[in-house]
Parts: sequence; structure tokens; C-alpha cells
Amino acid sequence: MHSYDFNLVGERLTALRTGSLFWEEMGILCVSDLHLGKTHRLNRIGAGALPPYENIDTLKRLQEDIHNTNPSCVICLGDSFDDPLAERSLSTNEIDTLKILQKGRDWIWISGNHDPYISCKYGNYLNSFSKSAITFRHIALRGENGEISGHYHPKISVKLSNATVVRTCFIADQNKIIMPAYGTYTGGMSVRSDEIKELVDPDAIVMLTGKKIRAIPYSSCF
Amino acid sequence: MFESFETSAQLLIAPTGSGKTLSGFLPTLADLYLNPSEKLHTLYISPLKALASDIKRNLERPISELKLDISVEDRTGDTKQSIKKKQRVTPPNILLTTPESLALLISYPEAPRIFSNLRRIIVDEIHSITESKRGDQLFLAISNLRKYCLDAKIIGLSATVSDPSLIAGWLAPESDCEIILSDSGLEPNVSILKTSEPPPWAGSGGLYSIPEVIEEIAKHRTTLIFHNTRAQAEIFFHNLWLENNKNLPIAIHHGSLDKEQRRQVEEAMVRGELRAVVCTGSLDLGIDWGSVDLVIQIGAPRQVKRLVQRIGRANHNHSRASKALLIPANRLEVLECFTALDAINENKLDSEIQTHVPLDVICQHLLLIACAGPFKPTDIFNEIRSIAKYNNLSRQEFDQCLDFCITGGYALKKYEQWHRLVQASDGFVKLRDPRVANRLRMNAGTIQDSDTLKVKYKSKQGKSKGSSIGEVEEAFAVSLTPGDTFLIGGKIVKFESLREMIVEVSPKPEKRPKIAVFSGTKFATSTLLCDRILKTLEDKRWDNLPDYLCRWLEQQESYSKLPEPNSLLIETFPRNNLHYTCVYGFAGRNAQQTLGLLLTKRMEELNLNPLGFVANDYTTLVWGLTKVLNPKKLLEGENILRGLDLWLSNNAVMKRTFRSVATVAGLIERNLPGLKKSGRQATFSSDILYDTLLRYDPNHLLLTATKNEAMQGLVDFGRIENMLEKTKNRIDHIDLKRVSPFSAPLLLEAGRIPIHGSAIELMLDTEINSLIADAGLEY
Repeated sequence: MHSYDFNLVGERLTALRTGSLFWEEMGILCVSDLHLGKTHRLNRIGAGALPPYENIDTLKRLQEDIHNTNPSCVICLGDSFDDPLAERSLSTNEIDTLKILQKGRDWIWISGNHDPYISCKYGNYLNSFSKSAITFRHIALRGENGEISGHYHPKISVKLSNATVVRTCFIADQNKIIMPAYGTYTGGMSVRSDEIKELVDPDAIVMLTGKKIRAIPYSSCF
Repeated sequence: MFESFETSAQLLIAPTGSGKTLSGFLPTLADLYLNPSEKLHTLYISPLKALASDIKRNLERPISELKLDISVEDRTGDTKQSIKKKQRVTPPNILLTTPESLALLISYPEAPRIFSNLRRIIVDEIHSITESKRGDQLFLAISNLRKYCLDAKIIGLSATVSDPSLIAGWLAPESDCEIILSDSGLEPNVSILKTSEPPPWAGSGGLYSIPEVIEEIAKHRTTLIFHNTRAQAEIFFHNLWLENNKNLPIAIHHGSLDKEQRRQVEEAMVRGELRAVVCTGSLDLGIDWGSVDLVIQIGAPRQVKRLVQRIGRANHNHSRASKALLIPANRLEVLECFTALDAINENKLDSEIQTHVPLDVICQHLLLIACAGPFKPTDIFNEIRSIAKYNNLSRQEFDQCLDFCITGGYALKKYEQWHRLVQASDGFVKLRDPRVANRLRMNAGTIQDSDTLKVKYKSKQGKSKGSSIGEVEEAFAVSLTPGDTFLIGGKIVKFESLREMIVEVSPKPEKRPKIAVFSGTKFATSTLLCDRILKTLEDKRWDNLPDYLCRWLEQQESYSKLPEPNSLLIETFPRNNLHYTCVYGFAGRNAQQTLGLLLTKRMEELNLNPLGFVANDYTTLVWGLTKVLNPKKLLEGENILRGLDLWLSNNAVMKRTFRSVATVAGLIERNLPGLKKSGRQATFSSDILYDTLLRYDPNHLLLTATKNEAMQGLVDFGRIENMLEKTKNRIDHIDLKRVSPFSAPLLLEAGRIPIHGSAIELMLDTEINSLIADAGLEY
């Protein structure tokens, strides 16, 4: 199973196994927390030179999702850039790839805590975006109804008999969905953490990314 | 003993605890008495922090009694920052330190002044670090500081080793090192403990021997009981107490225990209050335990050298022979124990392992010396090459390390303005931003602890309280679910919760822990021991072996065949609808394990449907759905090598090794000063870096370094190659109707590895379906 369909405030949404979300009716593809330019920032602060391949890897995976869904609009749900300077660190090759992805469709950057302002040479730059009954924003608001957000990088570990598997995941209840981080160099926060527990209802579902997408009840994670 | 001044280095070889350390300081004290000085005169390096502080105490006594004006200080990870700072300005006459702290010391701009009057460098317990990266770190540091003190003399102190000249080559260029062999003292009295019941067929704990062990403890003043792993030590200790009806004072000591707890055991030991200590390698070195009169080794010794060093801990005072007992954990190990006894009697020790040049340590070294000031690459290259061990470091390899430090060494050159190091037009390499120096220093060190978490009791108020009971590896901690019970510090505890970096537990008086094991290293049986076991089998010198063992060997010989030194025995047999293949490679556990992975890979290619394998130090047993008619085909050189590369790159061993290599080389930071701990989003797994590098930059230096290290360490491919080389095409294939006497115990061995390519995915499905069923839902 490459995708998993579910309802949010009456709208049909599809979680893809890669960690992106597709709203077929509106032709919207949404990804969160790309953290482009992370190696650049770490270099700048003297934290060492990580392999500088994460931007192209992230963009290539996004390219594949766009190819498979052909959306009319792509929404990047904040923390698309690891910091405001990182936007300028994209190489020509990476910018070209981005331009190809944007061609013929709308592109919305939502601002996040890592990228509160960007120069936004490519695409629209918004604090939040609403369509029908659904609002896209970076950090979930408590008590909000019909919201898609990112920020927390939810992940889940599943204990098997001889290994523990860790996967990034979506977590969704009746009112909101929190997206997994899409960027190649991103860590995660356990869905069992207090921060996430406080935000979502106990009857939420968790959708694991991976070779295929798998859904489990949030209650079974504890 | 006063030293001659003809050579620039000296290697003193004497058995453990013969007082060699203090004798190493005599010339220092004499010289400082005759020529008082304000400067650093002698640098002493020990592998253990505890040993450095022990030596400090032992030196201070004669100095104050003789009213000498000599200052002695130690400098280790435990030393306060303010004192370290003071030491850089006014160093003591004698500085006692560790390899890690020395590597840091040379990273300060004050280094030239600190070492300029250095007369002597003493390296203690040198045998214990020569085969690890700490040794490399130490000798790289020494190669660097020698230019400030060209006539300083270097003195190595070592326990008995088989090839002293190899270690001598680490100390001084060419043959400029004098080797002094001390009298090895009395022959040790070593035997194998006779137990009422013979050892079990499989297993590794030695629990069957507990009644006899308690008797031996009661008969002796103080007994040390050595185990090969921490987990085994814990389980043994727990069971020992269950049967300790006489309430003999017995304690446990190993590296996972809390520092304070270890210190208490050590002090009780010195006061003579303990009758026995169950321990692991953490007690292998150093500190003098005067009153020990018996050493017990549980489980096969794996290495003769280590066994001899452990035995030396008994009757330390040299006037009486050391007494030791070996307890094989299972029947296979009985043979190894007897073989080890023979080797000790013939004074044969395992040869030292020649390790490759560790490129990650060189990277770390370059970063650290850049912190001290600008350097010329050629000077450093020559410095490093002056040490015999690094003679074969090529300029190309060195330049790759330098390039990694400067640019990251990626095929895709990026972010030039942010490089940590820069090379100026005059050829000098220096830090781009001097403020990075502290960051680099914090990251130094070659011992890669897998991250450990403290274990504490949880109080009724819900907060963890008191001192920690011990530490467990993070990987183990995250595998626990509330309610799981495990052993630590000899107690069974129940896992409650994981809070920040603390594992919270509650006491749980139970007989059996649910989860017994947390990981510990398994040493592979040395080539020397393996070869001698094969020789014993061939020569049929079985007179002193116990009857049950002789019967077992005879049964094997009549039903199948005994393994021989110069051919490779392979048995095939069916059992419960599966087809088994058993390969007697005698190459040590790690290599036999690798062989299992390679054989199953090859079987997959030949459509032989392998299902799994299990390995011990001598044998690999593989099983599958199809009968292997021609095992020779599985072992053909090229095919097995081709499988290796592909298999290696996707292997968990490689990822684990990469993590350590990347941390040592400074790609991954140990801890980031000033970085807010705002949750776990900030860190991501090194596996991601490994996968990315493999995909986009497969020839990167760190991947090469990772492969070198894995091939030699956990993969141990060299021993498979040697085995194939030695046996050439001489394969004895015996096709049997049922399991053979030798292969039967393997069916009981723990640690079976299942082979199905999509295993994880399948198991994840099963697990998730059961989660859903538990929640009363349907998919």
C-alpha cells in the first residue's frame, strides 16, 4: 500500500508512504520541514562538514512525488530552509531542480521558526494558507479545527523481536494532522512525547512512512 | 635500576604487578633530586584514570618522606578546568595523564613551552592499548611533542607480550629502543576446576559450577572471578548470591556500574573486606590488589595473553606462585581451556595484531594540532612517519585526511567560505576561526562509548532519586517497555520510564529477569588457540582430557571426521525437513559469523533457499530448504569476495562502525556546546549520513576508513581469507544422515540469525497487525 486515505473535517486526504500529503480534489501536494541548507548552516557555525548532498536528495524525492501526483499546487509547510541564510546557499544545480519542480504550478512557502523570513525569489511566501475548511500552518494551534501542520517531526519506534524500527510518521485526529519531516537530514520527536500527547486526541491514528504506509491507532503506541 | 643513555627509548617487560611502574620513576626522582627544576620533567601516561591517581598517591609518599622538592599532579577527564588551566601555565615536575588528555594538551598554543624541558616520557601498561585507537592517538601525540624535546627519553612499561620488538617500534624509530625483559617469576599454578556435573552442551554463563565456586571462595582469602562480558558477570553474580548460604562478602565490578559504586568496591577490596569480586576486563589493569590469592576465569579464555595477565593478579607480591582456575562454560570450551593450559605451560602467547593506519585518528590529530597553531603539512607527515607503525602511511592517504579536515573531502566541493581549516598561500594550514578550537577539543577522544544512560530508582513522588545504580546503552534502554525486568548491579529492577537521559526503575525482587542481556563485546578466540585446538585433535594427545570429552571426540571421529589443520571439514545433514551445512573454519567468532552471512548470500544466488545461520568461535552452521550437494561451490574465492562488497555496504556492522569513525574524525559531534536541547528534532541518525554518502560519494575517505576497520574488527575478513588460503581446495565434505556429535551443540547455540531479505518489513506487518488486533480494530 503506497498511500492511506483518511478524512479531515470532511475532506478526503491521502498520506503517501514518502511522507508527503496529497489532497486530490484540490490538486494540492503538501510536504513539511525540508530543512534545505542544513549542512550549510552547520558548516557556518563550525560544526563540521557534513556530506553536502541532502538538498539534492530531498529535492529528488520531492520530484518523484510531484511526478506521481502531478499537483497544481505544492505547499511547503515551514522550516523549508534550515535558516534564513540557507536559502542563498542553494547551488545552481539545486536552484535549477527547484525551478523545474515549480514550472506550471503554484508554489507556497509557509514560514516556520527556522525560516521566519526568506527573500522568496521562487514562489509565494505566507504565514498560513487556507483552502475550504482547512488551514495550513507550521506549528499547530491548540483547539484549532481543520489544520495541517508540521514542526514536530513526529516519529515512532516499533519494537520487533530482534530489532527496533524507527520511522517518521503522520499523526492525525478528527481536527488536525501533524506531518512528518521530509528533509533528508532531519531527526524526529517520538509520538509518545508530552508535546505531541498534549496536541492530539487519544483516538488519533499514526501513519508510518517506509516501503509502504502503515496505520495504527495512537492508543496502541503506549 | 638506573638507565643507560645510549638509546632514546626503552621497553621494560615484566609480569603484571611486579612493581615496574614505580621503578620507572626512580631515574626521575634521582635526576630531580640532583638537578631541581621548575619545569615539566617527566610525563607519565596510563590507560586508566584510576591508575594515574593511584600512582600519584604512591609517588607522594616517598617524596614527602624524603622531603624532596618535587611537584606531582594528575591531569585526566576528572581534573577541574581551573587546575588544567594552571597546569598549562606552570606545569608540575611530574605530570600523570591519559592518552585522551595528552591529545588535548598538545592542542593548546602553550604546548611548545610546556614540553620544552621534558626529559622522560613513561607509557604504562602499553600492551593494553597497542591494539586500539587509543594507542594510535597516544603515539600520534608523542610524535608531535617530541620536536619540542629532542633528547627526552621514552620508556614503555608492558606486561608479557609475544613480540616485544613490535611495541618497541612504536616507541622509537628503527632499532633505537632497548628491550629489557625481567624475570617472569614463579610458574603459575593453573588448572581446570573439577565439577560434580560436567559442563552443559551449550551456553556461556558457567552457572553449573556455582557450588564449587562457592567452596573455592570459602577456601581462599580473596578471589577474583573474571567473566568475558558484563552481562554474564551480572547473571553469574546474581545466581552466586542465591546460593551464597554462608553470606560471604562478594561484590561485583564492571564498566557499566556507577563510578561511585566501583570506587566503593575498590576501597573495600583494599581494606580486605571482600572475599570475592565478580568482574570483567575493567579489573584487568593496574591497581594493586595485594591480597588476591585465587583467580577464576569463567568461559573460554579466547586469548592466552589476556589469560596470563589475569592470572598474574593472584599473589601479586611475587613471592608465591599465582593460582588460577579455569571454568569452561560448555563442552566445546573444555577443549579450548585445556589447550590454553598447554600454551601457558609452553610459554606461548598470541601474536600481536598489526593494525592498519587508522585514518580517522589521523584526521582528529590534524584538527587538534591546528588548534595549537598553524602547521606545515609536510612537517606533520614526516613526524607521523617517524613512528614505525605508520611507515606505510602514504602521502596520498595523508593528503586525503588533510583534505577531509579542510574541505570535508567531498567529490562535490561546496561552501568554501565556511571550511574549518584553511591553507594559506605560504602552505601553512590553520583554523579559519580560532573560536572553533574549543569545539574541536570537546569532540576529541577515540573511545567511542555508545551513548549510555544512567539508571536510577524512581521515588513515590514520581521523581528519580539518589545516586545512579549503573548505566545501560541507549540502544538497550529504548528497547525496554514499562514492566520489563533486567539485571544491573546484581539486582533485578523493573523498568518504569525513560525520562530525559535517565532510565527510571523500581526494585523488583524476582528470581529471573525477563531481559537478561545488555550488549557487551565478545572476543574472538585467537589464531594461536584455534590452531592449537586443531593440532590437539590431530595429534590425539587426549590423555589428560576428561572422559566425557574423549568420548565425544571419539564419537565424532567414528560417525563423521575430526577437523584437521590443513583441510576444511564441511558436514551436511537433514533435520526436521531442513538441510544443514556445518563449516568447521576455526577462524574465531567474528569471522565465522561473517562466513555465515557470505555463505547464505551465495546460497541465495544458487537458489539453495537459505533460512538462517548460527556461529561460534569454531563453526558456522547454515540451514535452508534445499540440500547443498557441492559445498565447494559456496566457497569459491571470487564469488565469495563479490558478495562481500555488496553485503558489507548495507550491513548494520558497517553503520555502527561508521558512527564511530565519523565521530573520531570530527564529522559528527559528540556534544555541541551552546546548542539548545530543544528536543530530539535537532539530532538525526548517523545512518542517514552513511546512506547519503554511499549514494552520492561512495569513494569518500570515511567510507574507506569504515570499511578498513570493519574488515579487521567485527567482520574479521582477514581470518576467512587465511583459512581459505591455508586449506586451499582441500575440502572434506561428509554427507551425513543425521546431525554429528560436533554440530549438535550448535543447534542449541543462542544468536541465530534469520535470513530473509524483507525480514524487517514482514515482521513489521505482523507486529502492526497484532497491535491493531489488540486495539480491537480491523485493518
